[in-house]
Amino acid sequence: MEESIRCARSVHARPSLRRWVTALSTALVFSAAAGTTLAQAWEPTRTVEFIVPAGTGGGADQMARFIQGIIQKNNLMKQSLIVVNKGGGAGAEGFLEVKNAKGDPHKIVITLSNLFTTGLSTGTFDWTEFTPVSMMALDQFVLWVNAKSPAKSATEFIEQARAAGGKMRMGGTGARQEDQIITVSIERAAKVKFTYIPFKGGGEVATQLVGGHVDSTVNNPIEAVAQWRAGGLRPLCVFDDERMPYTARVTDTMSWNDIPTCREAGVPTDYVMLRGIFMPGGVTPAQRDYFVGLMRRVRETPEWKRFIAEGAFNPTALEGDAFVKWLTRAKEEHRGLMKEAGWVTK
Amino acid sequence: MARPEDDDTGVVSVATMEIIVAALFFAFGALVMFDSYRLGASWASDGPESGYFPFYTGLIICVSALVLLVQGLRQRARVALSFVEAGPLRQVALVFFPALIYVGGIQMVGIYVASTVYIALFMVFLGHYTWLRSGAVGLSVGLFAFLLFERWFQIPLPKGFVERALGF
Amino acid sequence: MDELQSLLHGFAIALTWQNLMLMFLGIVLGVLIGVLPGLGGANGIAILLPLTFTMSPTSAIILLSCIYWGALFGGAITSILFNIPGEPWSVATTFDGHPMARQGRAGEALTAAFTGSFIGAFFAVVMITFLAPMVAQFALRFGPPEYFAVYLLAFCSFVGMGKGSPWKTIAAMMLGFALAAVGMDTVTGQLRMTFGSTELMRGFDFLVAVIGLFGIGEILLTMEEGLEFKGRSAKIDARVVWSTWKQLPRFWATSIRGVLIGCWMGVTPGGATPASFMSYGVARQMSKNGHNFGKGEMEGVVAPEVAAHAAGTSALLPMLALGIPGSPTAAVLLGGLLIWGLQPGPLLFVEQKDFVWGLIASMYLGNIVGLIVVLTTVPLFAAILRIPFSIIAPVIIVVCAIGAYTVNNAMLDVWLMMLFGVAGYVFKKLDYPMAPMVLALVLGDRAEDSFRQAMLMSQGSLSILWQNWLVGSISALAIALLLWPFLAPLRARFKARPGAA
Repeated sequence: MEESIRCARSVHARPSLRRWVTALSTALVFSAAAGTTLAQAWEPTRTVEFIVPAGTGGGADQMARFIQGIIQKNNLMKQSLIVVNKGGGAGAEGFLEVKNAKGDPHKIVITLSNLFTTGLSTGTFDWTEFTPVSMMALDQFVLWVNAKSPAKSATEFIEQARAAGGKMRMGGTGARQEDQIITVSIERAAKVKFTYIPFKGGGEVATQLVGGHVDSTVNNPIEAVAQWRAGGLRPLCVFDDERMPYTARVTDTMSWNDIPTCREAGVPTDYVMLRGIFMPGGVTPAQRDYFVGLMRRVRETPEWKRFIAEGAFNPTALEGDAFVKWLTRAKEEHRGLMKEAGWVTK
Repeated sequence: MARPEDDDTGVVSVATMEIIVAALFFAFGALVMFDSYRLGASWASDGPESGYFPFYTGLIICVSALVLLVQGLRQRARVALSFVEAGPLRQVALVFFPALIYVGGIQMVGIYVASTVYIALFMVFLGHYTWLRSGAVGLSVGLFAFLLFERWFQIPLPKGFVERALGF
Repeated sequence: MDELQSLLHGFAIALTWQNLMLMFLGIVLGVLIGVLPGLGGANGIAILLPLTFTMSPTSAIILLSCIYWGALFGGAITSILFNIPGEPWSVATTFDGHPMARQGRAGEALTAAFTGSFIGAFFAVVMITFLAPMVAQFALRFGPPEYFAVYLLAFCSFVGMGKGSPWKTIAAMMLGFALAAVGMDTVTGQLRMTFGSTELMRGFDFLVAVIGLFGIGEILLTMEEGLEFKGRSAKIDARVVWSTWKQLPRFWATSIRGVLIGCWMGVTPGGATPASFMSYGVARQMSKNGHNFGKGEMEGVVAPEVAAHAAGTSALLPMLALGIPGSPTAAVLLGGLLIWGLQPGPLLFVEQKDFVWGLIASMYLGNIVGLIVVLTTVPLFAAILRIPFSIIAPVIIVVCAIGAYTVNNAMLDVWLMMLFGVAGYVFKKLDYPMAPMVLALVLGDRAEDSFRQAMLMSQGSLSILWQNWLVGSISALAIALLLWPFLAPLRARFKARPGAA
């Protein structure tokens, strides 16, 4: 208590003052609800900020705004939820804000792979400094080539890459992030070399492939599906340990389910991207449980189910210990891959 | 009686300012070169490295800053043109320093309270309006901004203890 | 004439009372968003997007695209009145728009800007209506080398902007490039010039710099000259619209060039900002009154506005036809399409005829509604200049601070804005040209990225910049534009000689 009062006088009083107010209101709620358990009592007392550690218009931003829309439309929350983009430094800006808001239950953050990649390459934060809420879905990656490419399967593609001796151009989003990590994994698994060319956004990458400026990409389904249906692209394999579950026809002849996994196609590589929700560290279990419940209700809506199917996401959703276990493993995998490529700052 | 803003004694000459700005440019260019060199500023086998373009950008800044520095020094010897006079400088300072305090205030008490106070004080001290009128203008701008951003557009701006006490 | 029939069908869909109301609402909201610097079209649309989930997709896109038109119109207002560009693409509008306002011709400048915007948007919509599939195919031909050539072209069209010392022009331009490089490097992911600061990781935002350099800098200059805007005595009169319209047909050539530059830059995601700069630069070099640019020449307001609006509108074409956004705002709209269950891409024109043609029809209607709305506000906005400076100045500073903050939700940006304000004041007094610096700041990192992507593609060989007719001809055009200022006097001398003899 003494510490908070002292801090309240200083210029940077915001977090501690906020904590003090939160403590006060929690205490009030506690005394009012004496007898009932605290776990059921907590609810946001003011507007909740939903931080997106990426720019407007990208995959994470779309999902965050979609969640916001669902919550608003179905009245799942009494206070309002607002989306704030903090994408600087490959998301470091957004994550650092959450890290610094320790104990603030009115902030949540959506993550993509940069939870691991940016954390490792800049050495400024780690997922254990946040409170995991839940995994909403996993985003898939598919190996795409131009429809005019001679490669009809992943094996043929690798042959072609080997023959080209490192001159095949792989387009991807950003440097030292998921797309380049996958490229490096393929290189290792199949003993080939690519020329990796980083672009700013997934949509741009898909178009560069249709225009023939790069030879292949590892776009997310949602980024490339339009070009696939229009006959501009051909999917070769999906980087997951099993095929995508969606059997409805996407093109005249194929569904998502018809795309083989890279493992069965002879390129033993897999990679999925986390779409999860986190809170700052140091929040109470009751506060965390509120958001766990909220996200569960979001996932039960028909709008969410449609969104997941259209984007061909892997619909795995995890909470609690299972999620923590997944995170621990994913972090180690990222560390291994990135260390090998020499991208870890320490 | 002459008003203070009509004071036309030169405070600093154009040539001196030219020299100062050129020196700042040089320092900035050198900083850019230093950091780019650290990153690697050569042309690798697959094109330029991260620091390649910034390094040469910094180099060009340094070169042009040197030229401007020499020009400034030569000008100083020949002409004594005034960059700004005491009166006008005072006017500029009257706006600039309170604005700096205002920005500091945003950080301490939030943007809405700071803006209200800033507008009101500006009107009273520089515009010689009555306290009542100034307060009314300041308060209405602050309130309108609050409604616009926090309520309608739902964009969170920096807030302080006042908003927090009201439950935002 | 399939398109015409589809278009008429589209009008039938768009022309309901409900949709007309939404258009009106969208335009008014958009103008408001455009007026507030920092709160750009992309932000505004992203914020309102969740509200539209319950609407039908056609009504929703009408509302959102009208916000977009409104923001395009609105960006010019603060540029002209206070020298503060509300949006990146209205920076070039300040060059002549604000001098006009200071001469008491704010009404004329606003009318010229709005009408120019309308003309640009109108021709871009016509192009979308009749040429969409062809243009979309053309856009696909643009890879990194072509992008670099386009950026080079934008720089070259702007060379010679500074009238003062060439060394100052170079220093200012390089300062812009250096600031643009701060932050994370796209190609390698390394941090450049952040010196360990996490706040600097996001780099210098162009808007923050511009709000400081132009907005705060202008206030300091005005203070120095005594507490007054010179526009105070301006006669504000509704007839200003008519009298301005009578002068506009003179600028037909500039407008055509603006439309062409804008459509081209919008389709190949160069965007509205470079388009407006290019159009201004080209108009300045080609116009008879070129030497007057920067002193309050109406043509200098029309040129960037026509191009910016043509680009902003045609940026929606690659979004609809290819699923690639031509601008950040288009990127957010694209997200909206997905949420409403529509798939942008080559098949959208086939599968969602009602939606696409309803949208295209609403572009025509929305722009007409927009023009009417903004023109009626001209006297109102021009009247703002009559408010005493000691009231309006602190309000402008507040608006600038809010604008700088909202760009990235960062306090550091507000401090940087003040720093840029001092720089703007000193640069203006010492004749350091700011236009090349701003252009370098906005395009510098993009030009560098595409150059390095091209180098990765060619394994470090420069010949990729001449590898095919497309990139070759853009590069050649860039060099021709670079040499234009030297060629023009030669040509004049050549012409003069027979007369003298």
